[in-house]
Amino acid sequence: MKVILDSKQIEQVLGELTGGIVRDAKGKADVAVIGIRSRGEILAQRLASRLSEKLGEEVPCGTLDITLYRDDLNSPQGGAQPAVRTTEIGFDIDDKIIILVDDVLYTGRSTRAALDALIDLGRPRGIRLAVLVERAGREFPIQADYTGYKADVASGESVQVFLSESDGKEEVVVGKVSGKR
Amino acid sequence: MALKSKKFRWERKGLLGLRELSAEEITYILDTAEGFEQISSRTVKKAPALRGKTVVNLFFEDSTRTRNSFALAASRLSADVVEFTKKSSSVSKGETLLDTARNLEAMGIDIVVIRHSAGGAAKLLSRNINACVVNAGDGFCEHPTQGLLDVYTIRKLRGSLDGLKIAIVGDIVHSRVARSDMWAMTKLGAEVTFVGPATLMPGQVEQLPVKVSYSLDEVIEKVDVINMLRIQFERLGGNPFPSVREYSHYFGLTVERMKRAKEDILVMHPGPINRGLEMESEVADGKNSVILEQVTNGVAVRMAVLFLVNQAAAQKK
Amino acid sequence: MKSELLIKNGRVIDPANAIDKKCNVLIVDGVIAEVAEEIQNSKFKMQNYRTVIDATGKLVVPGLIDIHVHFREPGDEEEETIASGSAAAVSAGFTSVVCMPNTRPPIENETDVEYVHRKARQARKTHVYLMGAITKGRAGVELAEMGFMAEAGAVGFTDDGNGVQDPAVMLRALKYAGMFDVVVAQHCQDERIAGSGVMNSGYHSTVLGLPGIDKLAEEAMLWRDIQLAKKTKVRYHAQHVSTAGAIRLIRDGKKDSLPITCEVTPHHLLLTEENCAEYDTNYKVNPPLRTERDIEALREAIAAGVVDALVTDHAPHLQSEKELEFLAAPFGIASLECSLGLYEKALISPGVLNWVGLIRLMTEKPAKIIGVDKGTLGKGKQADVTIIDADAEYTIDVRSFRSKSRNCPYHGWRVKGKVEKTIVGGEIRFSAGVN
Repeated sequence: MKVILDSKQIEQVLGELTGGIVRDAKGKADVAVIGIRSRGEILAQRLASRLSEKLGEEVPCGTLDITLYRDDLNSPQGGAQPAVRTTEIGFDIDDKIIILVDDVLYTGRSTRAALDALIDLGRPRGIRLAVLVERAGREFPIQADYTGYKADVASGESVQVFLSESDGKEEVVVGKVSGKR
Repeated sequence: MALKSKKFRWERKGLLGLRELSAEEITYILDTAEGFEQISSRTVKKAPALRGKTVVNLFFEDSTRTRNSFALAASRLSADVVEFTKKSSSVSKGETLLDTARNLEAMGIDIVVIRHSAGGAAKLLSRNINACVVNAGDGFCEHPTQGLLDVYTIRKLRGSLDGLKIAIVGDIVHSRVARSDMWAMTKLGAEVTFVGPATLMPGQVEQLPVKVSYSLDEVIEKVDVINMLRIQFERLGGNPFPSVREYSHYFGLTVERMKRAKEDILVMHPGPINRGLEMESEVADGKNSVILEQVTNGVAVRMAVLFLVNQAAAQKK
Repeated sequence: MKSELLIKNGRVIDPANAIDKKCNVLIVDGVIAEVAEEIQNSKFKMQNYRTVIDATGKLVVPGLIDIHVHFREPGDEEEETIASGSAAAVSAGFTSVVCMPNTRPPIENETDVEYVHRKARQARKTHVYLMGAITKGRAGVELAEMGFMAEAGAVGFTDDGNGVQDPAVMLRALKYAGMFDVVVAQHCQDERIAGSGVMNSGYHSTVLGLPGIDKLAEEAMLWRDIQLAKKTKVRYHAQHVSTAGAIRLIRDGKKDSLPITCEVTPHHLLLTEENCAEYDTNYKVNPPLRTERDIEALREAIAAGVVDALVTDHAPHLQSEKELEFLAAPFGIASLECSLGLYEKALISPGVLNWVGLIRLMTEKPAKIIGVDKGTLGKGKQADVTIIDADAEYTIDVRSFRSKSRNCPYHGWRVKGKVEKTIVGGEIRFSAGVN
């Protein structure tokens, strides 16, 4: 287990992400933030409040559950079983610039599922991807628009994000994969 | 309210009844159903969770709403739906239920939704075919998705069933809804009272986890929820009550009776309603009625059930 | 040339003659010649008997009699025939069976009776008796030709499968049958009370969502029939009694010295309504499986001598029929071939009866009910003998059944008491491990 970001660094990375999004969004169309359950949801809330402050207007925030869009639903998933949870997006996504937020960008499969799920909800003007940590290992042609931290992680290792709201601590660690995630 | 135990795994590749489910399993289905609710209200009413799967609606009894509800649930999850409607025969030599099911299975179906006039038909099927089996009503035994959508509706409006007093009124002995409701509601902590004429109470009713009353007037003031069963004329053998007029007088939910009920009582009915018989129209359409919410929630609950059984089957591959 | 058969050193149980001791049985020309510790018949030297069976450690008893079986012929030969049924019977130690008349068409005239007898002669396994229908077509309306049937050899009458619903018809049947001195047997079930029931009415039927048959359906008809028997003084036999209430009615009736008898099946002594919990149609039987309390009452009644006969109500059905929904599947259990082991489990093992008591209810007493000169090893009687290894344990395996049907819920049960040899009219018709 190796800590690659501590709580201070996470704060800093979120600040940088906010900065990047604000630069692109200032004076343009409506921006809204949608996080992918479950860590992305928390990061999205944090980003939304920072963005609201910086842009001087309320930036809506929602949560997307991508379970129904996963591409591994019909194959045995070992120990874990994906639980379906609610998608909570209390606003119309049509014509908005959606900042899709996830904790880690790895294979790109979650992002693919999230894109499909979003499109079933409406027709946004654009979708941008913001991630806290990016690592190598993409299986789909998907890249982040805003990356907080590029981690150099070997293929046998996993990146885990802990956030105070869900885990009681703030850090990003790299460790050996123990079983399937 | 939500359980969301991370450890929980849904293991059943069928849903045969609620009697055999634990409170945890029931809660897990309800939690899962929450995630499906919004699909039916958005522009694109479809998610790809059962893409490439085939669901057969195997209905041996007349049913419009349950069959449609299952068909919608399946197609909103992108499954293909085959409708198979047949009157069940009591001929003992000839094509059997198992023959029919094995034939369908040979065509490569994944989930069978079965409605049948014989108690245990779903169980019989699940023992003999590999496909997932979902019970859409078997004789007087169970109608598990109706029970689930009833408790889902109550939970949604009241937060929890724990400690609620619920009356189920009418033809209990012939009602699979009463049985499924009883199992689900009592497992989730509600106190259930069966209300109806003595001639329509099941044998040894005192061994069931419910209270029994023969007087709706005694019960009406005390309950938080009242579920009015449909009088199923097609099932009533003999003459269990002297007349419809007399039945309505003692067991109908009238505007007059409603005046004595709790202000926020939830009025439920599994449909279709015999207006003016078990319930007056003003009550069915009144402010306490949640009958249409039940129908809406039914689709979400059935999506959850189809999704979960398919998941369990996928993991057992 | 005389045919001789000596069964030596067995424990001979012959309740009718109050015999229970180790001795020898000599059969000459199909007739019991002698039952004794030392065979006196000086014409024969022990060593020279044509056939000698060493029955050391075995029970030697009168051939067993089952007065309630369904062999389905004519009409449903795919389920059972008189040949297959009697082959099953003889392998289970029975030397006489009584077929019920609910075939298709029902047994309701002397031609039908003769047909069954002819089929039985051709099969050459057990003696096959039969009861004729009480009413034409078993419809419960008009009396069948009881006189002709009795003359042709019917040993009793019943509409088994259904009871005679109309009390006036039943009264008429008893009066009429009285002229021929044959027993009238009844499947006690008031159909109006039973309705469309498929199992015992109670908690289990409620949670399984299956229509129930109230015990009252059996008890109400039995009560009615006992009143009729009291009035007519005609011999009345209650078939497959299944409830505590019913057996109490029988006991009280017997106290009043009424000419009534009754029988009990193994399933009503071993299984309860709880066995239906998984909708296994092999437990669907009529009268339905009841409760522990009823089993207790039946066992007590057997111990007290209230019950006159043990019967199987062997009711074979096709697998495809028993694969149906519980609601639609036919009633019936095929248990002829494992019945001895089942009675051992139900009655001897828990100490309700000893072997003498059990054999009495399978030989002497049932023979009396149907009025045939059988069920004993008395000198001069037709030599129907069963040799039993009372201690042999085995696992019931329906695949080994000689019956055509497999609808037997006891598959896989471990039981004790195995038939070694069955001798019918002095002829060895079954030998364990041989045929």
